[in-house]
Amino acid sequence: MLELSRGRLLFRLTRPPVSGVLRLRLAAVWLGAALAALLALCLTVALGSGDYALSPRGLLNALLGEGERADLFVVWELRLPRATVALLAGAAFGLSGAIFQAVTRNPLASPDLLGITQGAGAAVAAGVVLGTGAGLGLQTLGLAGALASGLAIYLLAWKRGTTGYRIVLVGIGVSWMCVSLTSYLLSRAEIHQAQRVLGWLVGNLNDRGWAHAGPPALALAVLLPAVLLLGRLQRTLRLGDEVAGGLGTPVQRTRLALLLCGAALAAFATAAAGPVLFVALAAPQIAQRLARAGTPPVTAAALTGSVIVLVGDLISQRLLADSVLPVGVVTGVLGAPFLLWQLARANRTGTGG
Amino acid sequence: MKRLIVGSAAVLAVLCLLSLAIGSRAIPLEQVVRALADPAGVDPETAAIVGGTRLVRTLVAVLTGAALGLAGAVMQGLTRNPLADPGLLGVSAGAAFGIVVAAGVLGVSGLLPSIWFAFGGAAVAAVVVYLLGSRGRGGASPVKLAVAGIAVTYLLDSLTGGIALTDPEALDRYRYWSAGSLTGHDAGTLLVVAPFLAAGALLALSTAPALNSLSLGDDVAAALGRRLALVRLRGALAVTLLTGAAVAVTGPIVFVGLVVPHLVRTVTGPDHRWLLPSSALVAPCLLLAADILGRVVVRPTELDVSLVAAFLGAPFFIALVRRRRLAEL
Repeated sequence: MLELSRGRLLFRLTRPPVSGVLRLRLAAVWLGAALAALLALCLTVALGSGDYALSPRGLLNALLGEGERADLFVVWELRLPRATVALLAGAAFGLSGAIFQAVTRNPLASPDLLGITQGAGAAVAAGVVLGTGAGLGLQTLGLAGALASGLAIYLLAWKRGTTGYRIVLVGIGVSWMCVSLTSYLLSRAEIHQAQRVLGWLVGNLNDRGWAHAGPPALALAVLLPAVLLLGRLQRTLRLGDEVAGGLGTPVQRTRLALLLCGAALAAFATAAAGPVLFVALAAPQIAQRLARAGTPPVTAAALTGSVIVLVGDLISQRLLADSVLPVGVVTGVLGAPFLLWQLARANRTGTGG
Repeated sequence: MKRLIVGSAAVLAVLCLLSLAIGSRAIPLEQVVRALADPAGVDPETAAIVGGTRLVRTLVAVLTGAALGLAGAVMQGLTRNPLADPGLLGVSAGAAFGIVVAAGVLGVSGLLPSIWFAFGGAAVAAVVVYLLGSRGRGGASPVKLAVAGIAVTYLLDSLTGGIALTDPEALDRYRYWSAGSLTGHDAGTLLVVAPFLAAGALLALSTAPALNSLSLGDDVAAALGRRLALVRLRGALAVTLLTGAAVAVTGPIVFVGLVVPHLVRTVTGPDHRWLLPSSALVAPCLLLAADILGRVVVRPTELDVSLVAAFLGAPFFIALVRRRRLAEL
């Protein structure tokens, strides 16, 4: 049975016994974002990091594992890993932002404004400057820091349950502690250490290999299904804590599980690419606006995040080839006007807090 | 009330003495007193340390602490927001960004020229945060202002990072400003900033009666004959002068302006005619104590005062968020 009304496709099948709502606009956004991500991925691989030119045909051959050795090396060892890391990190950032914005019901609450990424930054700075955990590598340090600060925020915001606004404000407090710790470490550092930390702190995709792509890929593979399964419970949370509890949703446990997923995704993305600013903030909002949805649509937000990071990295590699501006600065500068507009808009509609 | 003022003045005096005595070379208190009273009577090295570097450092802490405490109290009264603080609401970040732009992009050096950039950055950031945070239903609610402040702060930080990354010289200055430091100044620094701080303090103290009427609500304040726009402008100007000058010397220091008015308010109550001067007296105690603590805890090196202030202040902020229902002041 099929029914089409106002952009929604209701369907119910008897065999197999499946029913559901297909929202055409969301599907279109999803497809569009997926195509854009694929296109950006191809462009990144093709134009890639530098002077070694590849013809479209040579690129295609190399992707299929044929062609000259130099082509194969450039595509498989240099450009594809970097693009893959960008794709995965962007997806994780977008997904994480969608979760945080939905749970706190605040379109401005993204992991980069709540101290998760700052926790990662503080851990990395501590590792580089103090030499603690030097064997761990920046990725692991960032991961540990982000998870630790996410946990701290949740525990500190807990007071007979948590609320969205308390998570936001406690997150701001925690992020200040992390920022001051980082800048203290920077002020103590040798100049080369400081440059290394600062290079990481703004989000950077230089010298990324396949080893960097593994952890975020694994995180997405595990956490994306979890988030999708939790989505049903999340939708009842939108009705308010009391109503959701009355409908049988375990309010606090659902919120904790979602926040854990969001923090972990942000942590893995930050560990892989550094804190690429504003992606987690902007991607869910763009996807939501395009799909005209009530909350950020998770998978579309993830794809949008991928597109933003891929395109940002492409800009930093090609348009600004002579400078050393990494992707984080590109998204930061491009995201700045978006953030201001978003702030103004969120508060006008009364959803800013 | 009188007890608060006498008590905090006494504490401040003791902390000043301690600040002169404690450091990489500890100097006995009676030597400190003698070095101040009669520099010729002690050995020249002691006289140089006490009367030179440490005296300037102590005075810088006292002046900037007072400025931040006053600025925080004025901001809390002006926005009726218990979470207002020049560091938290992006004003300090604006000032620091102004200085980094001046140093990194325009090649401006020296304190006096860069102070004007600090004022410009502070003023623009304050206005942007307030406009963004007060739009829409509910006016300038604490959460909205705090989110706007933190967002603008990160925005400026990412731009600052961009400048610093492309220019090693700017990176060096950025590290210096972002660390928030009381050291490395001479008496000339004090002479440059003192007039700005004095003007800001006078302006702040003169807004006290208006802030009292404002605390009754906009309508009542207007009915009492206050011109709201003028009051806000005066307050914002005072905050800009105080914060801009303080940040130009020390770099951004957060939470001093948040914590002190809350502590003071428990004694003075909400009357700004008492609250403002008391905050200006208590805040230097806090900043000096943080500075001394930073010298003691990691001997032989030192912790920067902004780190200590943030570490003492952020838990207070979190406790405030947990305890209150965040009603408007």
